[in-house]
Amino acid sequence: MKAPRVVDTTLRDGSHAMRHQFTRDQVRQIVKALDAAGVPVIEVSHGDGLAGSSVQYGVSHTSEMELIAEACATATKAKIAALLLPGVGTRNELKEAVARGIQMVRVATQCTEADLSEQHFGMAKEMGLETAGFLMMSHMRPPEILAEQARLMESYGCDCVYVVDSAGALLPEGAAARVRTLKQALAKAKVGFHAHNNLGLGIGNTLAALEAGADWVDGTLRGFGAGAGNAATELLAAVLDKLGCNPGLDVFRLLEAAEFVLAPIMPFQPIPDRDAIAIGYAGVYSTFLLHAKRLGEKYGVDPVAILVELGRRKTMAGQEDMILDVALDLAHKSK
Amino acid sequence: MSKEKTAKAAILGSGNIGTDLMYKLLRKPGHMELVLFAGIDPKSEGLSRARAQGIHASDRGIAELLEDPEIQLVFDATSAKAHKVHAPVLRQAGKIAIDLTPAAIGPYVVPAVDQGQCLGELNVNLITCGGQATIPLLYAVSRITPVAYAEMVSTISSASAGPGTRQNIDEFTMTTARGLEVKGGAKKGKAIIVLNPADPPILMRNTLYVVAENDEVDVNAIVQSVEQMVGEVQVYVPGYRLKGAPVMDRRATPLGTRTVVVMLLEVEGAGDFLPKYAGNLDVMTAAACRVGELFAQRLLNGKEAQL
Repeated sequence: MKAPRVVDTTLRDGSHAMRHQFTRDQVRQIVKALDAAGVPVIEVSHGDGLAGSSVQYGVSHTSEMELIAEACATATKAKIAALLLPGVGTRNELKEAVARGIQMVRVATQCTEADLSEQHFGMAKEMGLETAGFLMMSHMRPPEILAEQARLMESYGCDCVYVVDSAGALLPEGAAARVRTLKQALAKAKVGFHAHNNLGLGIGNTLAALEAGADWVDGTLRGFGAGAGNAATELLAAVLDKLGCNPGLDVFRLLEAAEFVLAPIMPFQPIPDRDAIAIGYAGVYSTFLLHAKRLGEKYGVDPVAILVELGRRKTMAGQEDMILDVALDLAHKSK
Repeated sequence: MSKEKTAKAAILGSGNIGTDLMYKLLRKPGHMELVLFAGIDPKSEGLSRARAQGIHASDRGIAELLEDPEIQLVFDATSAKAHKVHAPVLRQAGKIAIDLTPAAIGPYVVPAVDQGQCLGELNVNLITCGGQATIPLLYAVSRITPVAYAEMVSTISSASAGPGTRQNIDEFTMTTARGLEVKGGAKKGKAIIVLNPADPPILMRNTLYVVAENDEVDVNAIVQSVEQMVGEVQVYVPGYRLKGAPVMDRRATPLGTRTVVVMLLEVEGAGDFLPKYAGNLDVMTAAACRVGELFAQRLLNGKEAQL
């Protein structure tokens, strides 16, 4: 196994768990700690990417452009990245984020809709950015279909295509098979893996992906992300170090960052509890967790029942409005 | 309806949208008579379908259309790029252009909320499918109480999203947001589009979130106004259905925690040519027909549209 590139996305995926309430001060402290620990890429955006601040997904406390500017001003070595979901954010926000100093953009589409990203990769490359592509909800399609979509992203100018387990629904074999197939299918582009811990497999799946040849992997401090969170960056660093493939991360500094910088500001520690396991089990988008809890309470419906029904209806990333739809249906049925 | 009481119409663009529009005009011509179906690809399936229906079909595009001075209404179902070329030519020829592309050269029109303003124009634009679906609901709220913020989320089946939508996804969000402001009456609009690849394909669904300027909203007045509006849209889009009554939900909004009027909308297509799940395409062709009919009635009443 070779040393992977580790991308920390506490300030993007963690935005979900934070209900998008990160402040400038918090961003500065977290970026400072990650940068000092040798993390090469730090992602900062609303959880649903640029322009994600909305009634649908949650309104940001502080504009992400301010947070990005703060992160870029703080980092000394790390690259700052932003996430962009075509359909939510546009090239206008990408330009704004570049003006504030991002050096990488990660463009995310459903795992069947890579062709939505063509113009965004095109502009990113014109502006000299490093690029990654996210195939979200990757558990919903077999490796061969993902490979076709990955090749599209590569043809648009994507430097690294990620298998994104948005639902935390993959088992290690499934993660490895997808990464392996992408490695074979792509000419030059790297392959990444982004885990969610809903079935308790955040680190396990990431290791399986690495064994299958993944070049880049994502983590968040304390696993602080949507659903039961992600692979914890500090845990990844410790494990990679023991495996003899530490890419240059300072394990103890990351332990301190997780314990003394992030933990004190976390409103809760994401874990695979009843609702989060239901997300992984039903294969729905991890960010549905807090919305399903709230609407379940409002309408007197079990969040697990809501999540399972959302899985049955094959909802995709970004369909948070379906949670209300389903909650109303279930409340109506139980009357 | 007797022949002399119709306005002559042509469809430009022989793709899926143009073909669906043709079947709609044949099924329910109103005061219009479809006399020409023009594309640029002689092998296009749309052209042979038009001929099979006894409609004059041409692969000479706009050139053929300009040779017929009697054609007064032109539905442009080509592309934004092509419409930018067509628009000045049609204007010079004095023909009314009903633009289904994202070119947005003329002012926006949504038939259910138009009080005849569009009839003074020579070129009107149908915004986007999401705009046609949600702007009537927003207008139904903003005519009761001023609206500070409106946000719409359209979810369409992957199968119904053609290359035009896919390559112009940024334009979709920006144009729809602007439509919410200009035609829907929101101070600030925002649009999100999600594609869903489920098979069998899902029906088009839309969610509209409306935040009024005044947090004390008159729920009954809004519910009544929305109900009435749904009926008005159903006149031209029969598959337009609100899922239950508007829901009042306290949520974080750009104005702080406020009561949000949430409307869940499903649009089933009429299945004239395009499949029923493609409500997003049906709402466009149905709105175009409706606008065409409004123009035709105005033309037949002897009042020419003004420059």
